[in-house]
Amino acid sequence: MLVSNLETAPGHRITAHLGIVQGSTVRAKHAGKDILAGFKNIVGGELKAYTELMQEARAEAVERMTAEAKAIGANAVLNVRFVTTSITAGAAEILAYGSAVTIEPA
Amino acid sequence: MNTGFWLETLNLWILLALLVLGYGVGRLLERRHYQSIRAREQALRHVLALNTRYVPEGVVATGAQLVSGGVVISSDYFKTFVAGFRAFFGGRFRGYETLLERARREALLRLKEAAQAQGSTLVIGVRFESTTIAGSSTHSVEVLAFGTALKTA
Repeated sequence: MLVSNLETAPGHRITAHLGIVQGSTVRAKHAGKDILAGFKNIVGGELKAYTELMQEARAEAVERMTAEAKAIGANAVLNVRFVTTSITAGAAEILAYGSAVTIEPA
Repeated sequence: MNTGFWLETLNLWILLALLVLGYGVGRLLERRHYQSIRAREQALRHVLALNTRYVPEGVVATGAQLVSGGVVISSDYFKTFVAGFRAFFGGRFRGYETLLERARREALLRLKEAAQAQGSTLVIGVRFESTTIAGSSTHSVEVLAFGTALKTA
């Protein structure tokens, strides 16, 4: 499965457009991490636990998106975009969406 | 009577201690982070990141793979405290400028590292996204850089 944020697939030709596919996940950080982050807020710097959390969540969103694309017979997702929304304090929704297409080598 | 005075003003002392700690350690961490960023930017100079959407003229690209780099970075106590005043008087706030700059450069570096790990030295269509992380009155921001790593022949 080719996943890209371009409108075209380099070296390939698009044979069919199958519409938008999306995948999302809502994640909350657990209390332990939140307390540690609270300490980190005194001195500043990277919050590694949150970075990991966001990366995992994003990987899962992409995975769900590609699963949906596969289910409708696509072999590539183009023009992928990411959106993050804070729902409540401590929880965020990560959404990945793109256009499912079928491609073949040009 | 003396202990009474210290107890009554305890909150003030804690605040002062946090401010000094935030200022001192925060500055140190920031300087170290900048040093690390500059060193890695030099080392990754051969990985090219462009925000154009099309494959550059003259480059034969076969594969395309989404790569991303993200970082969550937090303000320190001192900056957050000063930001409160800034919000009242307005104007430029250098403390948060450097915070965001660090996060953005770090995100781009991680994107390049991810591309390099896949054996690619060209990333096109790079976009930045930033989100504030809602939390217990903490000022932290997530910056994500993502783009398409090309397999160049």
